[in-house]
Amino acid sequence: MSDTPDFEFEDGKDGKPALILTGDLTIATIGDLDPRLRKLDSEISTVDLSNVGHVDTIGAWLIERTARENNAAIIHADSDTSKLLQRVAEQQIDEIPVAKELIPINRILSEIGESVTIAASTMLAFLGFIGQVVVAFFRVLVNPRHIRLNATVMRFEMVGIRALGIIGLMSFLIGIVIAQQGAIALQQFGAEVFTINLIGRLTFRELGVLMTAIMIAGRSGSAFAAQIGTMKITEEIDAMRTIGVSPIEALVLPRTLATILWMPLLGFYASIVAVVGGGLLCWVVLEIPPVTFIQRLREVTPITDFYVGLIKAPVFGAIIAMAGCFQGLRVKNNAEEVGLKTTAAVVQAIFLVIVLDAFFAVFFSSIGWD
Amino acid sequence: MANENVIEVRGLRNAFGEQVIHDDLSLDVRRGEILGVVGGSGTGKSVLMRSIIGLQRPSAGHISVLGENLLDDDTSGDNGVRRRWGVLFQGGALFSTLTVAQNVQVPLREFYPHFSQQLLDEIAVTKILLSGLPAEAALKFPAELSGGMKKRAGLARALAMDPELLFLDEPTAGLDPIGAAKFDALTRELQKTLGLTVFLITHDLDSLHAICDRVAVIADRRVIAIGKIQELLKSKHPWIQEYFSGPRGRAANRGHTA
Repeated sequence: MSDTPDFEFEDGKDGKPALILTGDLTIATIGDLDPRLRKLDSEISTVDLSNVGHVDTIGAWLIERTARENNAAIIHADSDTSKLLQRVAEQQIDEIPVAKELIPINRILSEIGESVTIAASTMLAFLGFIGQVVVAFFRVLVNPRHIRLNATVMRFEMVGIRALGIIGLMSFLIGIVIAQQGAIALQQFGAEVFTINLIGRLTFRELGVLMTAIMIAGRSGSAFAAQIGTMKITEEIDAMRTIGVSPIEALVLPRTLATILWMPLLGFYASIVAVVGGGLLCWVVLEIPPVTFIQRLREVTPITDFYVGLIKAPVFGAIIAMAGCFQGLRVKNNAEEVGLKTTAAVVQAIFLVIVLDAFFAVFFSSIGWD
Repeated sequence: MANENVIEVRGLRNAFGEQVIHDDLSLDVRRGEILGVVGGSGTGKSVLMRSIIGLQRPSAGHISVLGENLLDDDTSGDNGVRRRWGVLFQGGALFSTLTVAQNVQVPLREFYPHFSQQLLDEIAVTKILLSGLPAEAALKFPAELSGGMKKRAGLARALAMDPELLFLDEPTAGLDPIGAAKFDALTRELQKTLGLTVFLITHDLDSLHAICDRVAVIADRRVIAIGKIQELLKSKHPWIQEYFSGPRGRAANRGHTA
């Protein structure tokens, strides 16, 4: 039914041949006609459509373009086709807009430059954001009516209680791994009893809080960014502002407060569970009974280790929650941004947590808590 | 061929849980006409469209589009039908990570992968101009467009494949009256030059008067009346009376008969 289109030449006036098109010129049939028409090697005087069947807008565009580029006249078009041709010709496409492509070296340079400025401006903006949150916090303290108690308590459940299972399991396994690896290494010197020092000091001082922070960044920081980002796209944040509700007070503060309050609790819980895991391994593998394990643990782990973990935890919590909310509020335009900013929130949070952890380590040893 | 039905819906039933949206609904759309579909909010106009284009599986009934039954288990011909229709969703439903030109090219790339990038760009610009946008809009992202421009870009994508059948879901909702009138004129013009059949959901009484060949009224879970507006005006059904003879209906009617 539908004829594959083709063309042939016939002698025309002015010594230039006439192009005779045949067949149906529709999107489904044109096939390789487009490249062939682009490569016409001889000039043509007219485009003859008398043998053409059905024509759609794409066919019309091909006819019109071929005629225009060769300064040829279109003849023998039927009434429907002429209407289409007229519509297409009216549009006057002077130039097909094409996105500008840079040469590779320029592109690399411009991408490096762009990343540097973005990184710097993001850091500045994040500092500004922390300032905003602090100001909002003190405003709420002065004016306690503005505390969103319900929202904050709801975050307790999402950030804290629902994380207990996964953080417990993770810490238990980490306790076992520390004990097992420590035991293997220390057994070579006959010093496997020091495994207990390793477990006690490492979990309370570093790993309990750090692993919890990483888990919360992945679990809650990402959720904050995605929630707030989606609200940004659906204009909920704008709606909030116009009503006179500050998004910082309504969205950011409850999440930040909940995370700050829960991080020390979760960090302590994680340390205890890790100690239980390590103790279990010591009991089973090294045959150190639990009573001895606990007694020894109390002797070798200074209380300052516990303080170190407890002091770090709320700071990490604040960074994670604020990074999540900050990236969420930076979402604009489209759905892809939500994904990008969520990733950025987690990466930024974990990065900052580890940088801060290094500072804390230096700080606490220099004040003699080692 | 003149009275051939492009869409045939028979005994359609749609229900969400307890809530029945359509019950024993039947509707014919003839080739080459612009059929307006009206009904109060929540009467299931969009659900009807979604059922016809296969996004919503009805609980009972028969639907055939361009001679193909989309509800049977044989899905071999379904993509053949999909390349013969174009759909404009209410919000435009443009892919937000692609430019307008890339949006228009999505269906072309899907069905005609052998087209050169040059031809794809040319087709995209043709369609963008055809739907009333300036050529510069081709490189813009949907987020950079106004509501009316998004609708036009959505129309350009719907027209990408030169469809025989065009579904428009409230194309003029949210447009200013001038923009809405232009969109109406554009729909009419495209329908004439391209020989389209248009399934048009609308609340806009002016659109109904200006461009629809026939109007189908959905109420009481069925199509209660279908025909020219003059015929519908004679109907005794209270909803139709209120719709066309209420203050807005009368104003629109005066505007188009005067």
